[in-house]
Amino acid sequence: MSFMEYAAAPESTSILNIRPHYGLFINNEWVEGRGESFTSISPSTEAELFTVSEADGRDVDRAVTAARAAYDKVWSRMSGAERGKYLFRIARILQERAREFAVAETVDNGKPIKETRDVDVPLAAAWFFYYAGWADKLDHAGLGANPRSLGVAAQIIPWNFPLLMLAWKVAPALAAGNTVVLKPAETTPLTALMFAEVCQQAGLPAGVVNILPGKGSITGRALVEHAGVNKIAFTGSTSVGREIARSVAGSDTKLTLELGGKGANIVFDDAALDQAVEGIIQGIFFNQGHVCCAGSRLLVQENVHDEVLERLTRRLATLRLGDPLDKNTDIGAINSREQLETIHRIANTGEAEGAERWTLDCAIPDKGFWYAPTIFTNVAASNTIARDEIFGPVLSVLTFRTPAEAVTKANNSPYGLSAGIWTEKASRMLTVADQLRAGVIWANTFNKFDPASPFGGYKESGYGREGGRHGLAAYLAKGEGR
Amino acid sequence: MTFIATERANRLGLSSLDSVVAFVKALPGVDAVGLEARAANLATRSIKNSSKMAALDTIIRLIDLTTLEGADTAGKVRSLVAKAATPDASHPDTPRVAAVCVYPDMVEHAVAALGSRQGDGVTGISVASVATAFPSGRSTLDIKIADTRYAVEKGANEIDMVIDRGAALSGDWETVYSEIRAIREACDRGDGTHAHLKVILETGELATYDAIKRASWLAILAGADFIKTSTGKVQPAATLPTTVLMLEVVRDWFLLTGEKIGVKPAGGIRQSKDAIRYLVAVVETVGEDWLHPHLFRFGASSLLNDVLLQRQKMLTGHYSGPDYVTVD
Amino acid sequence: MSHMSIPKTYKLFIGGKFPRSESGRVYDVHGPKGVFLANVAQASRKDARDAVVAARSAQSGWAGATAYNRGQVLYRIAEMLDGRTEQFVAEIRSVTGASDKVARAEVHAAVDMWVWYAGWADKYAQIAGNANPVSGPFFNLSVPEPTGVVVSVASQDTAYSLIGLVSAIAPAIVTGNTVVVIANEAAPLAALSFAEVVSTSDVPGGVINILTGSAAEIMPWLASHADVNALDLAAASGLSTVEWEKAAADTLTRIVRPRAAFTSLSVDRIDALVETKTIWHTKSLA
Repeated sequence: MSFMEYAAAPESTSILNIRPHYGLFINNEWVEGRGESFTSISPSTEAELFTVSEADGRDVDRAVTAARAAYDKVWSRMSGAERGKYLFRIARILQERAREFAVAETVDNGKPIKETRDVDVPLAAAWFFYYAGWADKLDHAGLGANPRSLGVAAQIIPWNFPLLMLAWKVAPALAAGNTVVLKPAETTPLTALMFAEVCQQAGLPAGVVNILPGKGSITGRALVEHAGVNKIAFTGSTSVGREIARSVAGSDTKLTLELGGKGANIVFDDAALDQAVEGIIQGIFFNQGHVCCAGSRLLVQENVHDEVLERLTRRLATLRLGDPLDKNTDIGAINSREQLETIHRIANTGEAEGAERWTLDCAIPDKGFWYAPTIFTNVAASNTIARDEIFGPVLSVLTFRTPAEAVTKANNSPYGLSAGIWTEKASRMLTVADQLRAGVIWANTFNKFDPASPFGGYKESGYGREGGRHGLAAYLAKGEGR
Repeated sequence: MTFIATERANRLGLSSLDSVVAFVKALPGVDAVGLEARAANLATRSIKNSSKMAALDTIIRLIDLTTLEGADTAGKVRSLVAKAATPDASHPDTPRVAAVCVYPDMVEHAVAALGSRQGDGVTGISVASVATAFPSGRSTLDIKIADTRYAVEKGANEIDMVIDRGAALSGDWETVYSEIRAIREACDRGDGTHAHLKVILETGELATYDAIKRASWLAILAGADFIKTSTGKVQPAATLPTTVLMLEVVRDWFLLTGEKIGVKPAGGIRQSKDAIRYLVAVVETVGEDWLHPHLFRFGASSLLNDVLLQRQKMLTGHYSGPDYVTVD
Repeated sequence: MSHMSIPKTYKLFIGGKFPRSESGRVYDVHGPKGVFLANVAQASRKDARDAVVAARSAQSGWAGATAYNRGQVLYRIAEMLDGRTEQFVAEIRSVTGASDKVARAEVHAAVDMWVWYAGWADKYAQIAGNANPVSGPFFNLSVPEPTGVVVSVASQDTAYSLIGLVSAIAPAIVTGNTVVVIANEAAPLAALSFAEVVSTSDVPGGVINILTGSAAEIMPWLASHADVNALDLAAASGLSTVEWEKAAADTLTRIVRPRAAFTSLSVDRIDALVETKTIWHTKSLA
């Protein structure tokens, strides 16, 4: 691109007003945590952004106590209509501060501003709008008359969509009448801490939302093991999900888990190939592949394999990797050094196990954590890269010959979160959709999210649904007549 | 219908009209939502300020400055030519446009007004004539051929024909192909050269992306030098998704044969920022090589003035106004 | 002339067949006054494994049957059970010493339960699924699907030897799950006779698998089995289930915890054993 150079037109960070240090947000107040403070860095520059308190067990106890008091005295007694108004306020404030949140998310997470601006932040606001309207209509949620809220919800969210995952958790919990103690991911606490300010701006009663930054092994563990918690909602790795499931065994703590995935993206030979290529890219390179429902296994019909790969690699050459604040950036930074190492470790097994590696030839910035979009062909179903979740911009390509073989291969995974189907033939699409063991099926599209649309997995991808009417069931005990 | 084979059809081993039609009918479909999402994504690219002037100048160089009105006169065509040659007299470094586009009976006036400034779009300003009972195309083939020959004889460098949309919509791709082929022959000048043929698909009437994709392939196989979206007389005219789709066809043809076909979105592109999105689509779909008057054109009338206003803003640092560019 | 009775051999029910335990083990079942009633097969972990294999191989076919067909099959179970009312009354009474009235009420309740669930087969998706009005050009539908292979424990309370079994099977299979159920250990006769009902009711082999023996012995193997999708412990009150729940957590097996009103007719019971699948498709005229 000689004269048509795209802007190094970074979104201005002047809108941001990051404090040098954040505490914990408990009972609508900022307090210092008793754990060891840690520093949040920008994954694209490795610059130190701010320090943040860590909540230890005592802080968790304090937050749960505050949430319990708010639940007992205020929130569970408030009418649904009034609760809804608070959620509407929060939604509006998120819209008003959208630009600021987008920049903050990009700086803290490393994902492109294009995505935070067009996906993360508007969807987060939409999530609050959607559930706001449910707050006074819970009798119609399909759970029987007078469904009951659960109490205090402990919520632990991942670093891949920090604000959006917060919205997925907080909005339905509050709409249903629960109060919340939320732990943002260690590497991406910023937007959750800014959300605490939103709660203050919205005049949310004290203790309804409490935010506790910290490590999973300290804050997270203390939170899920706290006896005062009625509900645990966790999004993250399958291994931690297992631990949590074990920890609630024998108790009546309600649990929803959104865990890992190894989504199959199935391309049939009659597919609209240029759109399929876009969908493959959206499926695995959106958000640097840090997506639990990523289409990380491309299953392509053998007779169009070469053509699809050729189109795909040609199209990938137009992707731009670099400064996430640049509005033209398609591929941002890997969220952390640790994750970068994980990607390297798993991807390196690809070649070792006989697959062929293709990596986008692009400049990699000197500082920060980066991984160039990578495709493995000649992948066998038994290869590590076809089985294990990489959670990075790495696509494994397998082939199939018949629709039945495609379904069998797609389902041949302990996970079952998402799948894609690309065909112009509706009857085949619907039957394949029927037979896939996955909670979200995207046909001729991929990685679409909406507050009205339930999301969640089969098998080891977790249980429970977030989004839509079904998402309310995670935060309510069934009412009469069910 | 007699099948006049083309070198291009032969290249794909398509040796009969039936096989050409079977080929285009068997093309995989297009998912509209995905295509439109891709176009929307391209539209979010923001180009460097320092590149903006080059982009604006490129747009001007790619414009087919058009007048296609019942009220067109020799005088109107003369002012169009003047504007085409000197778009902004206050800024003499402003490039000229690629072509003027007129009705067949206006070709001689355009040729006369251009004089030695006439060329092929690169060497000079090209004269493009619509033909084939433009814009509806609803006449007999004989008349369409005569219409075309007339314009070529009067000195048109380029012919912008319309396809028979009725035939396309009724599945009679044979007729669509045969007409394009016949018009392409009518473009021959007898000296081994031919007036370049732009085939207008009138995408707004074809209505579906599948039909637009088929028509694009068919036009190329029948001998089009350019595929063009619209007459400008039907809404919607050019859209970014439609243009992206046609660029994808041109790209696929290039990858198959090494031959470069042109694309001309026409109608409805009025603002510089819209035109820049088309440049982005070209660069990301087929590559920057295509930003050349022989391979990409904007069919437009009011776009030029908006580009000039933006250009003045870049040069002077303040916003300009409509009285600072000429009405025609 | 007196007729010498022929006692029934009570065997396991796996994959539509009636095998003995591969271990060769049996245990005695006694009546209320200690009177010997029968030798019943005592399932081993290998029998449990076989039952899971049978359930798995039957699952996609059962889920793929039309909902109308599943409803017909469930209703057929009700018919066959109703026709054997006297046999079940007698068996229940022989084990528990219940009055004719109480035993008969249990059989009637079991029949009614099958009729109730049979009717849900082609309606449940209509109340559990819905269209989602997403913001964009997409058709979007959420539908319930069976979670897969369900392991359930029938009530171990001898007062519920039939209804406690039916309530552990019907809500699972109505949506297309297949089930491996551990019968009431002390009162297994009704369960094993129920297997005969199943085998004559058009239920495909492997959809319902019934194991007799010790839940404490078999359940750890079933709970930790990676190919089991859900553990239905609704009727397992009184058993110590925590270790099973922990074992199930290792493969994220869905767990339905013990609940008091396990015999009530409740859609909630179906809800707990389904997955919600959401399908998106693009929409356009162009």
